[in-house]
Amino acid sequence: MNKTVNQKAWFLVLPVLVLVAFSAVIPLMTVVNYSVQDTFGNNVFFWAGLDWFEQMLESERMWNALGRQLIFSGIILAIEVPLGIFVALNMPKKGFWASFCLVLMSLPLLIPWNVVGTIWQIFGRVDIGLLGYTLDKLGISYNYTQDFVAAWATVIVMDVWHWTSLVALLAYAGLQSIPDAYYQAAKIDQASRWSVFRYIELPKMAGVLMIAILLRFMDSFMIYTEPFVVTGGGPGNATTFLSIDLVKMALGQFDLGPAAAFSIMYFLVILLISWVFYTVMTNLDKREGR
Amino acid sequence: MAKITLDNLAHSYLAQPAKDDDWALKELNHDWVDGEAYALLGASGCGKSTLLNIISGLLRPSRGRILFDGRDVTDAPTAERNIAQVFQFPVVYDTMTVGENLAFPLKNRGADPAYISERVNAIAAMIGMEDQLRRKARGLTADAKQKISLGRGMVREDVNALLFDEPLTVIDPHMKWELRTQLKQLHHDFGHTMIYVTHDQTEALTFADKVVVMHDGRVVQIGTPQELFERPEHTFVGFFIGSPGMNLFDAEISGGTARLNGAEVALGASYAPVGGRSQIGVRPEFVRLEAGGEGVPARVLRVEDVGRHKIVRLDVGGTVANAILDEGQPVPAGADRLRFEPEAINVYSDDWRVAPERAQGRAA
Repeated sequence: MNKTVNQKAWFLVLPVLVLVAFSAVIPLMTVVNYSVQDTFGNNVFFWAGLDWFEQMLESERMWNALGRQLIFSGIILAIEVPLGIFVALNMPKKGFWASFCLVLMSLPLLIPWNVVGTIWQIFGRVDIGLLGYTLDKLGISYNYTQDFVAAWATVIVMDVWHWTSLVALLAYAGLQSIPDAYYQAAKIDQASRWSVFRYIELPKMAGVLMIAILLRFMDSFMIYTEPFVVTGGGPGNATTFLSIDLVKMALGQFDLGPAAAFSIMYFLVILLISWVFYTVMTNLDKREGR
Repeated sequence: MAKITLDNLAHSYLAQPAKDDDWALKELNHDWVDGEAYALLGASGCGKSTLLNIISGLLRPSRGRILFDGRDVTDAPTAERNIAQVFQFPVVYDTMTVGENLAFPLKNRGADPAYISERVNAIAAMIGMEDQLRRKARGLTADAKQKISLGRGMVREDVNALLFDEPLTVIDPHMKWELRTQLKQLHHDFGHTMIYVTHDQTEALTFADKVVVMHDGRVVQIGTPQELFERPEHTFVGFFIGSPGMNLFDAEISGGTARLNGAEVALGASYAPVGGRSQIGVRPEFVRLEAGGEGVPARVLRVEDVGRHKIVRLDVGGTVANAILDEGQPVPAGADRLRFEPEAINVYSDDWRVAPERAQGRAA
C-alpha cells in the first residue's frame, strides 16, 4: 500500500499528547523523581536510588495498610455484589414504580464523597446522631471514634449504602435484556426459582457484573474521602487504608521520598490486580463459549 | 395425554375491555381431542399465540375455563399442567451443554438418570445433534439452538400436550421439511395431542389432521385440510388458504342461480333468500376461461407462469380475480368469458358461508 507521508499530521495528535503529558505523564514523573531522591528542604536533592522502595517493602506500616485495604475491599465486594443482585431481582420490571426505584437507587450515587462522609459522621455520633444515639439508648456499645469494630462497621455500612446502587443498576440493566420467552420456557421446563437464576439470569448478567465488580474493586481500593471524614483513619490505625496512610506520610510527615515510592507501588498493585481479574474473567467467558 | 376443553374462553390484555375490538381472543368453545394433531393457522396478531399461552398456563384467561380431561385447570400453574411448549425464538440455556439442555426438563422432574440419558440420546438422534451433546450451547447458530428447543419440548413422553408456537420460522427450508416430518412421525408414534401455531398454510396443511383457522381473535373454521379447501366457512378462510386464494364476487342469489355482472351462474344447490351482503366464492382451480358464449364477462390482465401451472389474472367488472390453468393448457385466444364449476361454488352472506337448502353431497 502506498502511504502518503505527511508530517503535519502530528499537529492533530499534539493536543492529546499535551493533555496526557500534563494530566498523567509529568505528575507521574515527578513522583518517580521524588521516589529516587532525598531532600532536606530548600530544594536540595540527593540521589537515593532504590532505598525508599526497599524501606517501604520492609515497612510493617505499609503491609498493615495493604492488609486492611484488601480486607475492606473483600468485605464490601462480598456484601455489595450479592446485595446488588438481590435488589435488582426484586425491582419492578416496568411501570411507574420501576422509574421510581431507578431514581431512588441513583440518589446515593449522586452525592459527593465528602458529603457522604459528613452525613455518616453526624449520623453515627452518640450525642446528636440518629443512629449513634439510638444504638446507645438501646444499650449497644457503639462509638466509632474509640471502638475498632464500630469504626469498621460504620465505614463498611457507609460504603454499602453509597455504592450498592451501582451494582444493582448494572445488574438490573442485564436483567432487563432477557426476553420473556426465557422465563416462559423455564416455566414449561418446570425449572425452580434457583435454576432460573443460575441458568438464565446469572449468565445474562455475567457481563455487566464483571464491570460492576471491577469498578467497585478499583474504587474501594482507592477509597480515601469517606473514611477520612468519618474516622480520620482511627481509632489508632484501625481504618487507615492505603490512601489515608499515603496522605499522612506525604503531607503529614512530609516524607516525600517514601511516599512517592509508596504511591508507585500502590499504583502497580491496583494495575496488577485489575489486570489479573480482567484476564481471568474474560478467559472464563471464552472457555464457556467453546 | 388429555382432552383439552375450552369453555367460554375469552381473553383481553386490557384491564377493562369494553369494545369488541378490545378482546385479543373472542369467546371460544372447543374440544381438542386427545391424540390429534392440530394446526392453528391465521395471520399475525390474530390471537394464536394468546390461545397457546392460555392452554399452557403462561397466561390466565380473562374469562371462561379450561379443562384437561374434565378437570378445571384455569388457575393451575404451568408446571402442574405438564405441557411442553416450543417458542418462535430459540431458548437455550447458554451455560449448559447441548445434552444438559435436553435433559433439563426431565431432571427438574426428578427422572431416573438412566432414563434421562436414554431419552437425551434418542432426541439428539432425532434432531441430528448426537455428536454435539457435550458442546456448550452458547455460540451455536440460531437453527441449531431452535433444534435444541424443539428437542427439549419433545424429551418428555408423558406430556398432556405439545404446543408449538411457529417453531420453524428461524430454521432453513431443507431442515424445516425434515423436522416437520419428524414431528409428524413423533405424533404417529406416541399419539400426543399436538397444537402447532403457524401462519404458513403449507406447514399447517401438511402437519395437521385438523386445521383451526383464526381471524381477528375468533376461530372461523375447524376442519380437515380438504374441508378448508372445498367448503371455507368464512371468506377469510377462502382467501387465506389456497394460492392464490378464493375469488369472491358480489352476487344476487335466487334459488339455484346467482346473478353476477348481468350474467347468470348456476349453483350446485338451491339456496333460501340470502340476507346481508351476498357473495359467491369460487377457487381459481375451478374457474375456466372461454372465448365468447355464455358465462361471466371478464378481461385478461396478465398471465403468470409459476412452473406447475399458470395463474391468469382477470378483471371481472372491476374486481380482480384469478384462474388457474394446467401447465400444458394454453390461454384460449380472445378469452372473455368465465365459467365456474357449479359444485365448487360457495355462497356467503356477510362473510359467513350459507348452507344450501337441499343437502349437497360433499365432493370427495
